[in-house]
Amino acid sequence: MKPAAFTYFAPSSLDQAVSLLADHAPEAKPLAGGQSLIPLINFRLAESRYLIDLNRISELSYIREADGTIAIGAMTRQFEAERSELVSRTIPLLTEALRFTGHPTIRHRGTVGGALAHADPAAELPAVAVALGAELVARGPAGTRTIPAGEFFLGPLSTALAPDELLVEVRIPQLPPRAGWAFLELSRRHGDFAIVGVAAVITLAPDGRVERASLALCGAGPKPVRASRAEAALAGASPSQERFREAGEIAAQEIDPDSDLHASAYYRRRVATVLVRRALAEAHRRATEGR
Amino acid sequence: MADMHAIRVTVNGLPYEATVESRLLLADFLRDHLGLVGTHLGCEHGVCGACTVILNGRTVRSCLVFAVQADGAQIMTVEGLARDSQFHPLQEAFRDKQGLQCGFCTPGMLMRAYEFLQENPNPTEEEIREAIAGNLCRCTGYQFIVEAIQDAAARMAVASR
Ligand SMILES: Cc1cc2nc3c(=O)[nH]c(=O)nc-3n(C[C@H](O)[C@H](O)[C@H](O)COP(=O)(O)OP(=O)(O)OC[C@H]3O[C@@H](n4cnc5c(N)ncnc54)[C@H](O)[C@@H]3O)c2cc1C
Ligand code: FES
Ligand code: FES
Repeated sequence: MKPAAFTYFAPSSLDQAVSLLADHAPEAKPLAGGQSLIPLINFRLAESRYLIDLNRISELSYIREADGTIAIGAMTRQFEAERSELVSRTIPLLTEALRFTGHPTIRHRGTVGGALAHADPAAELPAVAVALGAELVARGPAGTRTIPAGEFFLGPLSTALAPDELLVEVRIPQLPPRAGWAFLELSRRHGDFAIVGVAAVITLAPDGRVERASLALCGAGPKPVRASRAEAALAGASPSQERFREAGEIAAQEIDPDSDLHASAYYRRRVATVLVRRALAEAHRRATEGR
Repeated sequence: MADMHAIRVTVNGLPYEATVESRLLLADFLRDHLGLVGTHLGCEHGVCGACTVILNGRTVRSCLVFAVQADGAQIMTVEGLARDSQFHPLQEAFRDKQGLQCGFCTPGMLMRAYEFLQENPNPTEEEIREAIAGNLCRCTGYQFIVEAIQDAAARMAVASR
């Protein structure tokens, strides 16, 4: 099918974009990489009278270090974040997850901000944001506010952003020393959305025990699911295959997967059990081997 | 009133100016306005890869970009591969290794393979399979496409010596 008619704006500054959106919301939508929005427009599943294209706003595309966090502008292409040396050095979990996010051709256009704002429950980046305790910076006519990732994702394709707010930046804490990470997923083909995906980080205490574990899953519920009971069971524990297996079983009880064309809820839970165990083992290996 | 915009693009080295409606997809602009029908539309939602073109040096789905967004851009389509009516080594390899049957996926496969071989001139079979995972082919079973890309890599290595 072909898109319905709309009015197109291509502001060159963030201020212009914010005021255009304020003027036309809720009938306007921001257009980022278009890799999720344009399919919906082509099928006339999403109809917006106004599209506000963010692609000419160069001030929204950057990756920089800012007080222990990495700040990524919303319009940074997924491909640029994947190739960034700063990202792979400080938040390698993101680099690993980006390789699963669609195909290179999709990542050339798809943006970091778009993947977060779109809030697909099977998407990798929301799970990474939740696992790493990222903060999302939104800007609207009333000004700027910061939303913790744990409060940003509300449900399938639904976030805490108001219709007249733009996501402008995500701030991701750098991994601490003695931390290891892993992103694992099962999908039908490389680059497809996850049937289930797991983002894991383990931080070790100097004595080798688990100081802290973070676990978030995608494809496991209406939004990214934090496996907090599994995390609690790991805190203070001596790491072992047995502990990781238990954590996988606990996490599988915490998630709330759906059955769909690709997999039943039962299957997703079984896959989550295994992926959590493997992701924890890999995160632990990296934490001990100094990456 | 239709929402019209004036754009300028360079396609396969030639400059074009046009006035397009904002809802016009880049793929439809290339096909219907410029007559470059080598770019195929399979799914119109980003999944099949048949519409892949190179926009400012990187592959994109031309069904997921509006023509108006390409204002000022350099675009290369499958028609830009051959030079002076000589096939590109990739095209020769696809022909000789039977890397196509119906040919519907071929323009997208060629554009993706063209980009991929520039980044990785000497890929393994595994790397090729991953590189073209976003391009669907209903005919070949992929094996001959993988072989054609391997063969093209070898031809291009010889050509650049
Ligand atoms: C073939 C294919 C495979 C894919 N596979 C995967 C995959 O495996 N995993 C995955 O996670 N994704 C996948 N995607 C989706 C892709 O990652 C998209 O790039 C991403 O979901 C949306 O980012 P975008 O920049 O393209 O945003 P757009 O499509 O432009 O926008 C998506 C939504 O977010 C809103 N939005 C975008 N930016 C902002 C902003 N700054 N502020 C407020 N709202 C905003 C838009 O209004 C829209 O509602 C795939 C897409 C395709 C076509
Ligand atoms: S037509 Fe564009 S990806 Fe299928
Ligand atoms: S040759 Fe027919 S789709 Fe690939």
